[in-house]
Amino acid sequence: MVNFTAEEKGLINGLWSKVNVEDIGGEALGRLLVVYPWTQRFFDSFGNLSSASAIMGNPRVKAHGKKVLTSFGEAIKNLDNLKSALAKLSELHCDKLHVDPENFKLLGNVLVIVLAGHFGKEFTPEMQAAWQKLVVGVATALSHKYH
Amino acid sequence: MVHFTAEEKAAITSIWDKVDLEKAGGETLGRLLIVYPWTQRFFEKFGNLSSAQAIMGNPRIRAHGKKVLTSLGLAVQNMDNLKETFAHLSELHCDKLHVDPENFKLLGNVLVIVLSTHFAKEFTPEVQAAWQKLVAGVANALSHKYH
Repeated sequence: MVNFTAEEKGLINGLWSKVNVEDIGGEALGRLLVVYPWTQRFFDSFGNLSSASAIMGNPRVKAHGKKVLTSFGEAIKNLDNLKSALAKLSELHCDKLHVDPENFKLLGNVLVIVLAGHFGKEFTPEMQAAWQKLVVGVATALSHKYH
Repeated sequence: MVHFTAEEKAAITSIWDKVDLEKAGGETLGRLLIVYPWTQRFFEKFGNLSSAQAIMGNPRIRAHGKKVLTSLGLAVQNMDNLKETFAHLSELHCDKLHVDPENFKLLGNVLVIVLSTHFAKEFTPEVQAAWQKLVAGVANALSHKYH
C-alpha cells in the first residue's frame, strides 16, 4: 500500500485546492487523446475528434475530463486508502469500459504535464515528486480489481 | 525509424530555440534525481545530493544537465537520423556508464514536464505530442547499441 508523508499530503492538497477541475480535467483528457491517439477509441461517440483543436474544443471531452478529475479529487480525500476508494471505479473500467490499465499511467503523466504548465514555478521538484507518486497510486488502485 | 512531419519539426524547434540549456538542463537533471532517487547512484561523486534543495542548487548537477541537454540539441538537428546520431553515446552509456535504458525514458518525461513549466500555454497539445515523440525517439536511439 502506498504511504504518503505529511509533507506529500500537504503538497498535494495545497495544489489541489487551486485546481479548476473543469479546466484542468478537460485539458488533461484532451491532451491524452491528442498525444496518444489510440485512446480516442474509448470516445467514439463524443463527436468531432478529427484534430487537436477539435479535441481540445470538444464540449463532451471537457465535460468528461471534469468528471474524471472530480473522481481524482475523491481519491485525494482518501490518500491512505486509494485501493478501497477506487474499487468500484476499477471494476467499472474493467468489466464495462474495457480500458487497458496502461492508459491510467498515460493519463497520470498527462495530468502532471498539465499541472506543470498551469502552475509553472510553483510546481516545484518536491511538488512534482508528490504528484507523480499520487498518479501512480491512483493508476495502481484503478488496476487493482482487474481480472 | 521514427519520422517527424514538417509540423512536428517546427513545433520542436520553435521551443528549442528558446531553451536556456543550462537552466533547463540543470532543472531536468535535478528533478530526475529527486523524483526518481535511484538515479542518484550515477552521480555519487557529485557532492551534496542530500535534499531536493541541495540537488537543485548543486553546481555539478547544473553543469552536467547542461551537457546532457546540449546532446539533446544534436537530436533536434538530426531528427531524421537519431540512431546514427546517438550511436556513440549509446555505446558509452552501455559499456562505460552502465545506465539502465529505462532511465532515458524517465529523463525524457522529466524534460517534457520542465518544458511545460517554462513554456505554459505555448506548450500546446501539438507541441507536447511532438516533444514526447522526440524524447521517445532519443530514448530508443540511446538504447540501440546496448548489448
